[in-house]
Formats: sequence, C-alpha cells, structure tokens
Amino acid sequence: MARKSVSMTKLALTGNEAVAEAFRQVNPDVAAVYPITPQTELMHKFSEYVYDGKVETELIAVESEHSAMSAAVGAAAGGVRAITATSANGLALMWEVLYIASGLRLPIVMAVVNRALSGPLNIHCDHSDAMGARDSGWIQIYSENSQEAYDNALQAFRIAEHSGVLLPTMITMDGFIISHTTEVLEILDDAAAREFVGEYKPMYTLLNPEQPVTMGPLDLQDYYFEHKRQQVEGMYNAPAVIEQVAQEYAALTGRKYGFIEAYRMEDAETAVVVMGSAAGTTKDVVDTLRERGIKVGMVKLRVFRPFPHEQLAEALSHLKSVAVLDRCISFGAQGGPVYMETRSAMYGKEIPIYSYIYGLGGRDLIPSLVESAYNDLFEGTPDPKMRYLGLRE
Amino acid sequence: MSELKGWKDIPIGGLIPHGGTAFDYETGSWRSFRPVHDRDKCIDCLDCWFCCPDNAIIAEDQKFKGFDMMHCKGCGICAKVCPPKVGAITMKPESEFEE
Repeated sequence: MARKSVSMTKLALTGNEAVAEAFRQVNPDVAAVYPITPQTELMHKFSEYVYDGKVETELIAVESEHSAMSAAVGAAAGGVRAITATSANGLALMWEVLYIASGLRLPIVMAVVNRALSGPLNIHCDHSDAMGARDSGWIQIYSENSQEAYDNALQAFRIAEHSGVLLPTMITMDGFIISHTTEVLEILDDAAAREFVGEYKPMYTLLNPEQPVTMGPLDLQDYYFEHKRQQVEGMYNAPAVIEQVAQEYAALTGRKYGFIEAYRMEDAETAVVVMGSAAGTTKDVVDTLRERGIKVGMVKLRVFRPFPHEQLAEALSHLKSVAVLDRCISFGAQGGPVYMETRSAMYGKEIPIYSYIYGLGGRDLIPSLVESAYNDLFEGTPDPKMRYLGLRE
Repeated sequence: MSELKGWKDIPIGGLIPHGGTAFDYETGSWRSFRPVHDRDKCIDCLDCWFCCPDNAIIAEDQKFKGFDMMHCKGCGICAKVCPPKVGAITMKPESEFEE
C-alpha cells in the first residue's frame, strides 16, 4: 500500500455526515437541495456549513427534487460546480432531468442514499432507486461504508469533470445502514482535499458573453443519434479516468480503489457478487467459511456504470459457480440487475451463475442468509429461477 | 445526408458554439394563421413590436414596417395587443394565402 503523504484526521461520522464533510471540503459553487429520508441529514449538515460560512456555496432550497436537479442543470450549464443529493422517490421525481444532465454533458455530482421505492411506502434501504436510473447516462459508484462514501465523493468530482468524460456522477450509500451509522473514518485535511479535487474549468458556460453558446437546442433525426454515441464514448473513456483518479487518491491516502474489490478470491471455488454494505457482512461470512476450510470468496462491485465487465469476468473466471446478490428486483426479468450484467459479462464461460434477491425495503441481510447462498453453491443445486434471501414463504 | 457530420466532428451534448441560433431557424412554416396589417389604421404605437415573442415585427424609425414571416409562428399576440379602437392587425388562415 502506498505511503500516506498527507496528514489525516480520524472522525466518528455517519455516512451522511461523511459525504457532507467531503462536500464541505470541495466547496461547490451551487447546492440545490430538497429533503427526503434518509438523505435529509446529509444536506441538513451541509446547509449548516453554508450558514456558518464554512463554504461559499450558493444553497438553493427548491420545492421538489425535479427542481433540485433542474437547478443543478442550470448551475452546471452556467459553468459552475453543482451538487445535490436525494433518495428513492426523490430520485424518481428527478427522472427526466437526469437524462438532461447527462445528455447536455453536465458533470453534476449527486449523493444517492439508497432507499426502496414506494409503494407500499417504505423508507429503508434497497437499490431500486439507483438501479432504476442505471440507463440514464450517469456514472454510478457504490460505497460499502462511510469511509468509502467519503472517498468516493471526493473522487467523483475528478471523474465527472474530466474533459474526456463530462458525465454526471452519482455516489451511493445504503440508506440508514450506512447513512445513519456512526463509524470512524479518516478525513483528509482541507487543503489536501481541495488540491486533489482541484478547480473546475468548464469547457463552455452560458454566462460568458465573450463566447456565447447555445445549450439544449432542438436535436432531431439529423443529430440526436450522434450525440447519444458521444455519451457512450464518455462512458468508454471513464474507466481510465476512474483508475487514474483512484491511483492518485491511493498515493495521497493509502486507500486503494478499483472497479471491483476481490476478497479472498485467489483460490476460491465459489463466490458471491455484492454491492454496498452487504459486502461487509459477506466478508465476515467468507472468513467464517474459510476457517472451516471451505474455499469461498467475494467480489464487491464498486463501479456499476460504466460496468466493469472485463474486470469482473476475470475475477470470476476460475470459479465453479457464482451467486449474485441483488438488493433490487427487475420485475419480469431473469434475475436482479447486477445478476443480468454479471451473466452478460460471463457470456461464453461455462460457469453457472445464480440470482439471489435480498434486503428489499431494508430487510436485514444476516450472516446466516449469506451462508445459505454459499451452501447452495457447494451442496445443493440452486434453483435456476430467482431465489430470495430472508423472504418468508 | 452526406453533408451532415459524424459524432466525432461535432461539439458534445448538442452544444452550438455560438449564440443567436434562433435567427437561422425557420419557424414561419409552423404558422396556421397569418397576421395581416392595415397601414391606414395603424398608429405606430409598436405595442406589437414590444410583445412579439419571436421578434418578428420589423420596425424602422419608430414606425411599423412589416412582419418577419420566416420567424412569425402566427401566435396572434400582435393582433391581440393592437388597441381595440385601432384594430390594425387581423389573423387570417394560412389556407387563404395558399395558391
């Protein structure tokens, strides 16, 4: 691990506070905010920084999430660094504007505190909100704990604003499980964080009278298709940037981030693929099973968009079987969204892959449930259809 | 289609790297009603010039000169704001002008 080159402070923060801390250090120009559980605390904390004069951010308290994303789009089109944060139905209400942000190539950074979508009404964690936005042209980075949420928040600006990428980026954390759990984490000192993130220099701005531009014009059969292809190119360019930014961050902090995290995979015979806080639980289960001499591993996906298909396929290619845990259902599909992406990445490899749905609406994923998935892989024949962890029949 | 550029040769995000693009875009073809001006009735108050959302009233030396039919969408605001006692602008169906 790289040697740390800057001083860091250990703090006990919730996930929400950790990301608010990162946003404070970044000192963005505009924050468009609207409260929704479990995100509320994040922007509540950030608004304290605004009113205490600790940042110079223009905080706009808007009347809905649709307006929050619209205000962020306007600010970003004006050439400044814009942030927002939301959860669940708030993200759903942003829907059409998510596509405008990515389509106009505005590098907005948004924290998504994952929560189940209503109805019936539920305020607890699952990934249905962010997964629903997976085709909206946003980069998606998932966090296992508060430390990762903080680290990902700082890196997100560099990734989104890179001239070869210019795509809005959402960083996520599991609602309540991470957002409201106090953990000890390491925070960069302010100067180092600001130097790492750097100054934002927009390629174009609507507010430069010396160079007037037109943004968001009518774009019909003649050019719309070409502009969508350009967005694909941004996604193609993103991996190299994500990697470069992670390397610089590792040199600064000693904390290394990849597209995936392989845990005890070297000699593993089977593995579970997970995202978010479930990775922590799964690592514990892997350790327990390893103590019994069972060769299991885990792969955590950090980046979901762009999907790291090559890295994932390489990590899984030596296994006998794989279980993919999704905290989201794609109704009518063959499995959860992560499962389908994983199967697609593994196309042509004769390795059985099974879909497990868990944790919807905040249902706990206790270690014995993860263990039962591993047991299926080793002992039984997993049901070819979707299976459920922690569901009452 | 041959003169259209490929995706590598155009600015990203649909951006047009200059302003005033509405000037080059013909919106007059959207019109279903056409404003018709009566020079004898017009008092050159230019309320129509102030209110036209498409900048399609042409004025010179503070006098009404004509309509910019390339941009006039036929919304009828000019006819509406023309003082009732003056009534110098009336909206007529485009079909009356077709040959």
